Order: sequence, then C-alpha cells, then structure tokens
Amino acid sequence: MKNPLDSIWATIISGLVLTAALVVAAKNFLL
Amino acid sequence: MELIPALARWLHFLAGIMWVGLLYYFNFVQIPALKAAAADGTAAGITKHVAPRALLYFRWSAVVTWLAGAALLGGQFVSAFTLSKGHALIGIGAWLGTIMLFNVWVIIWPNQQKILGLRPATDEAKNRARRTALLASRANLMLSIPMLFFMAGGLTHRAAFGL
Repeated sequence: MKNPLDSIWATIISGLVLTAALVVAAKNFLL
Repeated sequence: MELIPALARWLHFLAGIMWVGLLYYFNFVQIPALKAAAADGTAAGITKHVAPRALLYFRWSAVVTWLAGAALLGGQFVSAFTLSKGHALIGIGAWLGTIMLFNVWVIIWPNQQKILGLRPATDEAKNRARRTALLASRANLMLSIPMLFFMAGGLTHRAAFGL
C-alpha cells in the first residue's frame, strides 16, 4: 500500500480524517 | 486584559504564523520546486541560498511558538497537558504542537543538515535523510490541520460541533 504522506492531497485528507477522529474522541471521552 | 498573557498570545500568533507558514512553504512550494529544479540543474540555488534560511526561521519560530504558548497557558499548563476537564480541547492542540516541535528538532533538522551538506554524509545516508525528512515534514503538515482546529477552538466550535 502506498504511504498517504507521499501525496500532498492524501496528507491533507489524512489531516481532516484525524481532526474528525479527535473531535469524536474528545466528545465521547474527554468532555 | 493582563499584559503577560496578551503579549504571549500576540507572540504565539506571530511565531506560529511564521512556523506553519514555512511548513506550508516547504510542502506546497519548495519540495515540488526542487523536483523541477533538479531536472534542469538549478536545484543548487534553492538548496544553497533558500533552504538554509527558511530552515533557520522554521526551527526557531517553532521554539518561540511553543514557549509563548506555554507562557500563555501559564498556571493551566499541567491541566492542558493532562487533558483535564475544561482544558481538554486546548490540551489536544498543545500536544499536537509539541509533537510537531519534536519532529522539527529531532527528525527534520538533523536530516536536513545531512541533505544540505552541513553535516558529513554518504550519498546513501543523504537519500535516507531525504525520505525521513520528507515524511516528518508531511506528518507535520497532517498534524497542523487538527492542531489549528483545536487551537482556534472557541464559540464557533461550540456552536458547530457541540464541543
């Protein structure tokens, strides 16, 4: 499998997915 | 508004814009430009005159950003980093920023020193350093997206996301 960090757009999408995952985690476990 | 937090916030923004701005410059401009420049033999202009200056401001603005952020947190520093109630959101942003600072000083800068010939390295070591520095820089680009989301959290986030 290709590393998403090799592509700038896949990196940005990964950042958006990570943001969404952290928002869900924060809402459910931290707040 | 108290003077120290106001100055710390101002400095945090100024240095943070320089740090993340240069991170975006590396990823969106310099890396693709180097590929094109290598093809027509003009890469030396970038690696000799542009990259060392950009890296100088990049790594030191990262330090200033972190220190100003720590000063801004003040007595809430420990609460933020332990993700305590009421400080969890800024704490996530602070952790992401701290991981990014670690990447700059422990991975990106030592490898860039090899790539730019500031430290002796074989061609094979330089190639490995290029790959490692690229991945660390891209990881920081990825981390900057949630970092800025949580750092900028305020009323908008509460309204839109119930945070």
